[in-house]
Amino acid sequence: MNELLAIIEKEPFFEDMAPEHRRLLAACAAKCSYTAGTRLMSDHEPTETFWLIREGQVALESPLREGSVAFQTLGTGDILGWSWLLPPYRASYDARAVTDIHTLRFDAGVLRERMEADPAFGYVLMKHFAALIVQRLQAARLQALDIYSHGGPGHGA
Amino acid sequence: MAPDAVATLPDQAMAPEPWRIHSVRRDVASNEVLSWTLYPEPGVEPGAAPAPGQFNMLYLFGVGEVPISVSAITDDGGIVHTIRAVGSVTRAMQDLEAGTVVGLRGPFGTAWPLEQARGRDLVLVAGGIGLAPLRPVIHAALQRRSEFGRVVVCYGARSPGDMIFRDELDAWAARDDVDLRITVDRGTAAWRGDVGVVTQLVDRGGFDRRNTLALTCGPEVMMRFTASALERRGLKPEDIYVSMERNMRCAVGFCGHCQIGAHFVCRDGPVFPYPVMEPAFRVREL
Repeated sequence: MNELLAIIEKEPFFEDMAPEHRRLLAACAAKCSYTAGTRLMSDHEPTETFWLIREGQVALESPLREGSVAFQTLGTGDILGWSWLLPPYRASYDARAVTDIHTLRFDAGVLRERMEADPAFGYVLMKHFAALIVQRLQAARLQALDIYSHGGPGHGA
Repeated sequence: MAPDAVATLPDQAMAPEPWRIHSVRRDVASNEVLSWTLYPEPGVEPGAAPAPGQFNMLYLFGVGEVPISVSAITDDGGIVHTIRAVGSVTRAMQDLEAGTVVGLRGPFGTAWPLEQARGRDLVLVAGGIGLAPLRPVIHAALQRRSEFGRVVVCYGARSPGDMIFRDELDAWAARDDVDLRITVDRGTAAWRGDVGVVTQLVDRGGFDRRNTLALTCGPEVMMRFTASALERRGLKPEDIYVSMERNMRCAVGFCGHCQIGAHFVCRDGPVFPYPVMEPAFRVREL
């Protein structure tokens, strides 16, 4: 527990959380490692977990008829998974370990119960995930804009 | 206005000198990006060597003149310019072969403040062809590697096939004193690297938020989000520099074609402290 708490305290995602909230998170966490190729989430499947990636790379992929297409990769320090936060608690894409990865795995089902029981904790965690979702949404919009097709500094006219 | 305050054109500022294309290198599969290595013709006395971040005006005789930033300086005085075909002049430049003579004026503009990075971590964030103006900084930082802390290079490209300077990227990746991070907006089946916008590479940190200088170059929207990501990581806005691009004509702050508010990009830029340009980023269609 102390080791897990120490890891959580060092991570920017949990940086401004109160000590009691970090302790709640640590109580629902476990260190987990996965080998390259492991599928951590599957599109449309129920998910009751999120991960803090401590080392390694994970690809988020959309399964298409022609095969899976990676639309984003996550790496060290990134949070994987927010589908556990809102109904229907199902993943909306695949997540696959590209390399061997080391993570903190959080039991989100239990965390959700704690969030319901302790609205202050629930609000704090919801705010952190809302910020993360906004950040990813902005990144996805930027990606969709295809900004490099319009040039940029240094290319002349 | 006092007579001595009247602005005058620098001597020969508008007269291009003949430089010959010594070699042409094409980087991108679509052939829309090329690099010229230029040397002065006999009789031409080159001025000061361009500092990293500065640009030259390149004149294609009979077609037109465009500002192109310097992407490298060779040991024997050659200047490398990397050009993307986006307009009538740069498209015409794509057809030129080694041996052709073009006009060159410069160097102009402000340089990347590399000296400010001494003793600090250096974070370089490039998007697309924006890697070209940052490349001389990387060269300089690697030549003087011991003067800097961590050197983090984040590069975002449209796709793996759109990446420029592939051989150098491989060389930098092989070094253990450079943290090279590459991402593409759209991967391919063969691509094993990161996918996503370049800002996510900044979000991964790995530099001292209290002692880092960050330089970024790419499309304006990318630089704006990069600056936000750097600030989110704890950097002060004054420790962030951006390189701007506008349509330039005179290159010496006279014609006003490149003005952004009160700033002439050709004379006061192209490298600006982020706080100077931040208000402009919020003005639509400026």
